[in-house]
Amino acid sequence: MREKQRLRRTMMFIPGNNPGMMRDAHIYGSDSLMFDLEDSVSMAEKDAARMLVYQALKTIDYGKTELVVRINPLDTPYGRADIEAMVCAGAHVLRMPKTETAQDIIECEKVIEEMERKHHVPVGTTLMMAAIEGAMGVINAYQIATASQRLIGIALGAEDFCANMKCQRTTTGAELQLARQTIVLAARAAGIDALDTVYSDVNNEEQLLYEARLIKDLGFDGKSVINPRQIAPVHGVFAPTQKDIDKAKKIIAAIKEAEARGSGVISVNGKMVDRPVVIRAQRVIELALVSGVITAEEVEAL
Amino acid sequence: MELVKTGMAGTVESGDILVEIEKQNASGVDIQLDSTVMGLYGRRIREVIQETVDSCGVTGIRVTASDKGALDCTIRARVKTALLRACDSQDYGWAVK
Amino acid sequence: MKNAIGHELDQQMLARLGLEAHLEPERKDTATLQQRLQKNGKLMSTLEEAIKAAGLKDGMTISFHHHFRDGDYVLNNVVAAISKMGYKDITVASSSLSNAHAPLVQYIQDGTVTSLQSSGCRGKLADAISKREVALKQPVIFRSHGGRAAAIANGTLHIDIAFLGVASCDPLGNASGTNTEGESMCGSLGYARVDARYADKVVLLTEKLAPYPNLPASIPATDVDYVVQVDAIGDSSKISSGATRYTKNPRDLLIAETAAKAIMASGYFQDHFSIQTGSGGAALAVTRFIEGEMAEKGITADFALGGITSQIVKLHEQGLVKKVLDVQGFDGEAARSIRDNPAHCEIDGNQYANPFNEGSAIHQLDVVILSALEIDTQFNVNVLTGSDGIIRGAIGGHPDTAACAALTVIVSPLIRGRIPCVVDQVGCLITEGSVCDVLVTDVGVAVNPNRPEVEQRLKAAGLTVKTIQQLRDEAYAVVGKPDSLAFGQEVVAVVTDPKGKALDVIYNVKI
Repeated sequence: MREKQRLRRTMMFIPGNNPGMMRDAHIYGSDSLMFDLEDSVSMAEKDAARMLVYQALKTIDYGKTELVVRINPLDTPYGRADIEAMVCAGAHVLRMPKTETAQDIIECEKVIEEMERKHHVPVGTTLMMAAIEGAMGVINAYQIATASQRLIGIALGAEDFCANMKCQRTTTGAELQLARQTIVLAARAAGIDALDTVYSDVNNEEQLLYEARLIKDLGFDGKSVINPRQIAPVHGVFAPTQKDIDKAKKIIAAIKEAEARGSGVISVNGKMVDRPVVIRAQRVIELALVSGVITAEEVEAL
Repeated sequence: MELVKTGMAGTVESGDILVEIEKQNASGVDIQLDSTVMGLYGRRIREVIQETVDSCGVTGIRVTASDKGALDCTIRARVKTALLRACDSQDYGWAVK
Repeated sequence: MKNAIGHELDQQMLARLGLEAHLEPERKDTATLQQRLQKNGKLMSTLEEAIKAAGLKDGMTISFHHHFRDGDYVLNNVVAAISKMGYKDITVASSSLSNAHAPLVQYIQDGTVTSLQSSGCRGKLADAISKREVALKQPVIFRSHGGRAAAIANGTLHIDIAFLGVASCDPLGNASGTNTEGESMCGSLGYARVDARYADKVVLLTEKLAPYPNLPASIPATDVDYVVQVDAIGDSSKISSGATRYTKNPRDLLIAETAAKAIMASGYFQDHFSIQTGSGGAALAVTRFIEGEMAEKGITADFALGGITSQIVKLHEQGLVKKVLDVQGFDGEAARSIRDNPAHCEIDGNQYANPFNEGSAIHQLDVVILSALEIDTQFNVNVLTGSDGIIRGAIGGHPDTAACAALTVIVSPLIRGRIPCVVDQVGCLITEGSVCDVLVTDVGVAVNPNRPEVEQRLKAAGLTVKTIQQLRDEAYAVVGKPDSLAFGQEVVAVVTDPKGKALDVIYNVKI
């Protein structure tokens, strides 16, 4: 489903030239799927992958999953065709790789708008997200995050970032600390989502969990994954605890009670509840619902 | 569109179809198909190949396809890519409908 | 007629009693144990000698077990020897046939083998049968494991000579699948034990003779006629392959996790329950997802049954499964455990799944999880023929367990490649829909309308319950509605139900 604001705990990468993985990648329950036309596709197969993803998006019913396509940069011979094809295919979000400046976003948006007009798609339909994968991008994070109304989030791409920074990925994540915090700060300031990089060792669930907990604590909305087996652990980290849920339930009940009284003042146990607390409680309940920790009936009953 | 060379697209991986398109002297479209799901979907696969070729307005070609259970959308994508490559064309025909 | 101390043994009285008179004095062998073992009459020096001694004749039925699955050498080697010796018109009745048995094609072509009876068939041999590239005298008879055990016990399947590969065996035939180390250790000899008990003659093949007495034994020396040492009987590393492999496939795991949720919500997940996981990655993986809940809620299973894997052994060693009833080892861990754990018990094919005897273990089964190649909207299941109509699977214990378990859960992906697994009608009927209760796929669960109470419980637990027609429609929406296959006119195989009645026929495929 195309929505600017939505749950984005997990975004699963699908190599753009691999039809076997495209058939039903949504059944594993990641919030978003990201079809890749960029790094996972060789130069000789760019046209084939683009055509394949185009046909797949037009044909396959991915249910409520958000459909993201990582396109090639505009300074390559593939970028424009990628945008035209994916605007027509109805991709929900186009992910711009290696974003360095706000100008990168502005130029991309121009082409998107051009293609939307050309194909009679309402202007603004196609959303964008920006991947920040180098030092310059991190420094410009806030400018990037606010460069277009279409942006739904900014994401860290750690492999390219580390190469650019002349450092290695470590188990502690020290090398990404500033980039992660800068990105989440910029995203929050811009009112969009902050999405974390992939963890590529599929067999090391322990380290995946460590990274997921770390970025959740930092304030990220979700993490990219490369294998269906990584989805449940990340969702588990983002699932609220029973304590969170109990607290949130009380607040939601108080909201309903205040509404019934026609009052704007919400209070729990005699204490007034501030608006940020209300928003957080609503988010906890929403997460608890999708995590399957509580049922829709329970929410109704509050 | 006019064929200028042999065009290939796809792979022999599961869920994919390897398509090779070349000129032939006879008119029409000669489809040589080998599929792991021949009994259930051989007729449908030929149909999709034919439709895709027709939609590009090409004739006088031989399509040799080795299918490993590709869905219709994959078959369309591979045939079209092979055709465009054979014609050295970038006339992708993107459209919303 | 008088005996040695002068008492009259009246001929007429003896005749009435059916007795003969003892007239010759007994002479005993005074050689030492070790000397006797060297010269005993059972131990043959070559396979050919054993075949001759066992009295093989043209037209006879010989049997084998499939405990080595894809790693079996015995069947091919014995049939090769028989062919070389010039025998013809032999019926091979193996507990199953696998990819390893492609060489049978050549022995069918040369007339050595003219009939087959098995639980399943795969690979080149199965292809050749389905395509009628080999001319068998009669259609293959496919039986379930329980059906085969019953047929052997009641004489429907008469075995003239059983050739059974065993991991260890003493010179008199006390044999075990575990009292050894290395490649030939296959674990339980459950299926072989039935053949050993009922066959007219039993020839054991082993790689290394164990000292007498090789006890505890799966097959007692008293059931054995001949023992022959051969270079190799099988490669146990190939037991855990294909359908019995430990899966990491995310689709299998998704299905297994959903199946576990369904089982836990079904009403049958209670303390003292019993469970069996059939072959297939998703089915075998189900235990991984109920383990935590068992420990947390203090629920233990009284027994786990069937083909046994490391995953069941793990539950047993954690105390979550009290007894393991093992008819067949699915991996090396199962073999090790049956040797080391006293409550891990070997059972034979009759104890496992005899359909006529309420004492067989399947009759005490609460939950069974079984795979399917395809399932139709009537919940009928096919595990034997592929989407192309060619034989490519095995019945195994599918219909035996499905018919007896209180809750039969079928697990299958909605689609394999472009092949829909939920269809209008299965290509071959193996297990009837009337005994298949729940279908778990990767996109949702369907419950047989004859189990409304189960459907209610699954819905209450928040599972995505759809109708099986919905699932079929979802499959067809992705891959398209398939055309029907074109078959030939010849019946190449007959499928029997566990009680031995003909259930379905398999026609040759058109090439």
